[in-house]
Amino acid sequence: MDALVEVSGLTKRYGDTLAVDGVDLTVLPGEVYGFLGPNGAGKTTTLRILTGLIAPTSGDVRVLGGKPGQAEVLGRTGSMIESPAFYPYLSGLDNLRLLAEYAGVARRRIDEVLELVDLADRAKDRFSTYSLGMKQRLGVAAALLKDPELVILDEPTNGLDPAGMRDMRRLIRELGTGGRTVLLSSHLLGEVQQICDRVGIINSGRMVAEHNVNELRGEQELVVRADPKDQAQAILSRFGTVHQYDDTLRVAVDSSRAAEVNSVLVGAGIAVSELHMTERALEDIFFELTTEEKADVG
Amino acid sequence: MLGSYRAEMLKLRKRSAVWVLFGAGLVLSLIFGYLLPYLAYTTGDDSPSTEGVPRAEVLRGMLPERVIDNTIGGYPIFAGALALVLGAIVIGGEYTWGTLKTVLTQRPRRGTILGAQFLALGTVIAFWVLGIFVACALCSVGIAAAESGSMTWPSIGALLQGLAGGWLVLMTWCLAGAVLAVAFRNVALPIGLGVVWILGIETLLAGVVSSLLPGLKWLTNTLPGTNAGSLVFSVTTMTPSDAPPGVRDAVGGPRALLTLFAYCALFTALSLWTTRNRDIT
Repeated sequence: MDALVEVSGLTKRYGDTLAVDGVDLTVLPGEVYGFLGPNGAGKTTTLRILTGLIAPTSGDVRVLGGKPGQAEVLGRTGSMIESPAFYPYLSGLDNLRLLAEYAGVARRRIDEVLELVDLADRAKDRFSTYSLGMKQRLGVAAALLKDPELVILDEPTNGLDPAGMRDMRRLIRELGTGGRTVLLSSHLLGEVQQICDRVGIINSGRMVAEHNVNELRGEQELVVRADPKDQAQAILSRFGTVHQYDDTLRVAVDSSRAAEVNSVLVGAGIAVSELHMTERALEDIFFELTTEEKADVG
Repeated sequence: MLGSYRAEMLKLRKRSAVWVLFGAGLVLSLIFGYLLPYLAYTTGDDSPSTEGVPRAEVLRGMLPERVIDNTIGGYPIFAGALALVLGAIVIGGEYTWGTLKTVLTQRPRRGTILGAQFLALGTVIAFWVLGIFVACALCSVGIAAAESGSMTWPSIGALLQGLAGGWLVLMTWCLAGAVLAVAFRNVALPIGLGVVWILGIETLLAGVVSSLLPGLKWLTNTLPGTNAGSLVFSVTTMTPSDAPPGVRDAVGGPRALLTLFAYCALFTALSLWTTRNRDIT
């Protein structure tokens, strides 16, 4: 499968500051790719390079088979980089109208995207009167205007209230399931965990991990609190490798086998007081990776 | 290119600052071209504001035959400053609002977008010149009718030459504002520097050079304001005595025309090169 975005050895230097340091990144067709990193890690700089706004110092960058910033590539890419920027004296509708003129998009598409982001009712109001959440939604509408193959969204849930964040997550998930490819930058790890297929984690300009979300989080484990513990451990070892954490036992099995494990333990006369699945949150992994990186740098 | 041009025209049409600048230019032209002279004319020969100029001469300055003088006479300085502000706010606003990144991530290339912006500015300037001309023409007709003055008009050729010259003068200053805005990625600084240059520095330089350093006159004769004034003199019947303050006739018309074209080309090339090669951060 040909990657839609292929970045190799990407470096961007501003004077003495290395904003992006040898980043490799691959986004596959149809996936929702989460680009994670703390503030100042180099996420927005990388996305600006992908959209042709800034030139890399070195490295190879291919977007949709072409160079970033080429008319052909831009015509198939929708993006919202950093905060949504529009003309404050124009209405949301007029802002989209003029972007449609630039991009050569039919007028009816404007109504479609306004409906999609639930902004049709306020479309004729000036952009300067919009709340932060409405501005974000207009930014997403603008990104979708060209019905692009690749959507690049930089922190799209910034400033949204919980309901707005939920709606935005749903929208991004829908974009991903519609065959579109989404490259999503965020520092909201729960959000990324919920909607992304793969993630890349960047820290201090360097890519520290790029994996499938589930791979990154590791296998699911069944946590068992049982008595007597020795007998329980012996039985659990039939299902997989058993680890002991404090006074619980953990075995790597799929959640579909939890009932079977319980049944076998109870059948052997073992009292089971706790049994649940656990997995590492993306947040734990993120902090693990970014903290290690900082420690290495320091 | 056509889509980008239509987008730029939409932005300009709906921006109140563009209309305010046009209104200011129009009002200034009418006040200095017709209102004040007409008040002076109605107060008689003794008016100090006419500085002893006979009433008949004052009236003639307001009649249709001098409509081009009144339309573009103030372009090298006052309307020029407004045109510079127009260029600075239109191009600089893209940087201060951050909308440049929104526009540049659509389909057209950077050069196409800048070209469409300049074309749209040129169109607005053309409407601006025509609007002021129509207003001045109506005033001159009204005054001629009221005072039984001559209804003789300049020839079509003279009118077109005057309007085109006026457009070029305003466009030069507009592009100067645009190139400063590109350079500083800002609105306020280009306006400050540009307006100070137009209204003060050039006149000051010309004064110092003519009185203290006559050997450097060639240098002041290459400046945009000097050439704008000279072009206006060459396409009107204006004389140094009735020219607005700061408008000088220093070089011939053809040379002024070429120099202003050269400035326009230089400002466009600098803006284009910078926009195409600089990171949009």
